[in-house]
Amino acid sequence: MSSIEERVKKIVAEQLGVKEDEVKTEASFVEDLGADSLDTVELVMALEEEFETEIPDEEAEKITTVQLAINYINENLA
Amino acid sequence: MVSPVGHTVAESWGAVLNGQSGVSAIEHFDASQFATQFSASVKNLDLSPYMTEKEARKNDPFIQFGMAAGIQAIEDAGLSIENTDAERIGCVIGSGIGGLGSIEDTSILIKERGPRRVSPFFVPGSIINMIAGNLSIKYGFKGTNLAITTACTTGTHAIGLAAREIMFGYADAIVCGGSEMATTPVGIGGFGAARALSKRNDEPTKASRPWDKNRDGFVLGDGAGVLVLEEYEHAKARGAKIYAELAGFGTSSDAFHMTSPPEDGAGAAKSMSNALADAGIDVSQVNYINAHGTSTPAGDKAECAAVKAVFGDHASQLAVSSTKSMTGHLLGAAGAIEAIFTAMAIHDQVAPPTINLDEPEDGCDLNFVAHTAQKMPIDVAISNSFGFGGTNGTLVLARVKA
Repeated sequence: MSSIEERVKKIVAEQLGVKEDEVKTEASFVEDLGADSLDTVELVMALEEEFETEIPDEEAEKITTVQLAINYINENLA
Repeated sequence: MVSPVGHTVAESWGAVLNGQSGVSAIEHFDASQFATQFSASVKNLDLSPYMTEKEARKNDPFIQFGMAAGIQAIEDAGLSIENTDAERIGCVIGSGIGGLGSIEDTSILIKERGPRRVSPFFVPGSIINMIAGNLSIKYGFKGTNLAITTACTTGTHAIGLAAREIMFGYADAIVCGGSEMATTPVGIGGFGAARALSKRNDEPTKASRPWDKNRDGFVLGDGAGVLVLEEYEHAKARGAKIYAELAGFGTSSDAFHMTSPPEDGAGAAKSMSNALADAGIDVSQVNYINAHGTSTPAGDKAECAAVKAVFGDHASQLAVSSTKSMTGHLLGAAGAIEAIFTAMAIHDQVAPPTINLDEPEDGCDLNFVAHTAQKMPIDVAISNSFGFGGTNGTLVLARVKA
């Protein structure tokens, strides 16, 4: 079983159309990985799907980097 | 152009001149419960020259096809904001239905998994004006940006109305045409229920047979046609490649029935005569007609009657063919790919064939270019489109003499 970090990075790479090795932990979806506002909505949906959870909109808006996504999953699901 | 017979104009035009059918059994969904189990679909299109995988995933296939055709046309024309004022380049590209497959899939998704699963790209990836929108964004074209939706006449109307924008002085160049991808379960089911589709499941390549006695409906097709229309002096001044002149445009309405034309094809005739009057061209000057010719029992007869009414004695001198015999009926893209075929017919001085026309319908006795393309002088050609709702359109194209 992959770690949460690996699973998050894989999804980010797939959703944003970038290579997995470009997805650094500290990367910002918008500033570093070229996402627009709709991409980030879809990315959160993909994370919900992968981790079988629902991320409320007010929490989703705060997830702007790979690290913040990993943190959220760790805090809420681990 | 992206069509069932090729992924570029050169491929598609070559296939059409050779009489190749693009019709085959449906493989992209299980059609075994449908009365019609075949279509003229676009197969194995490589999108990588046109968009990233991420962009492709966000957009319905009709947008993918339209973008691919648009990019081909813009590159071929060499049109850019470097050589033309960005605010005087427009995009007028429509679709008959739009993102039907995406709408179906999303409806199913909501029913099965709830509204939270709807993609944020569902709307911008499905709506009809997004080919025009995406091309304007990609190339920086800041002029008029429209999408026409008039069923099977969409492509023809988009081109004709784009020409008027240029004539009225609002633009120097307009990227125009239509796109469609409606060979989905709802599309095949819907047109099937309307009794519009052929059911010749045992011989798909013979199903589209305009004016033939044994025709039994049209074949639904997918693809996109996009052209660059440009003001003549502007195109000449920048040394653009010119295939033909758009000399006239006419429209009319049957005011008759949702899906059927009147027997005498009066609306179709009015559309043709309006276009010829707009061009200032006498019927005797016309050499070739790319007909609407969908292979429906009523439509083909009405169009034949309309041609005879408009052209009188000259009708027997015309070549009249239906490239839908090979491409199927691309609905909102039909008029656009057929305008391109008409331009190529003028450019190459050859009328494409009507395949599968083995035994003409009684009273349908024009030169339908049966089976084999005919080399012939073509100075003026017209392209017809007639749509559900009784909406008609005709383009007149003419040879540009060097």
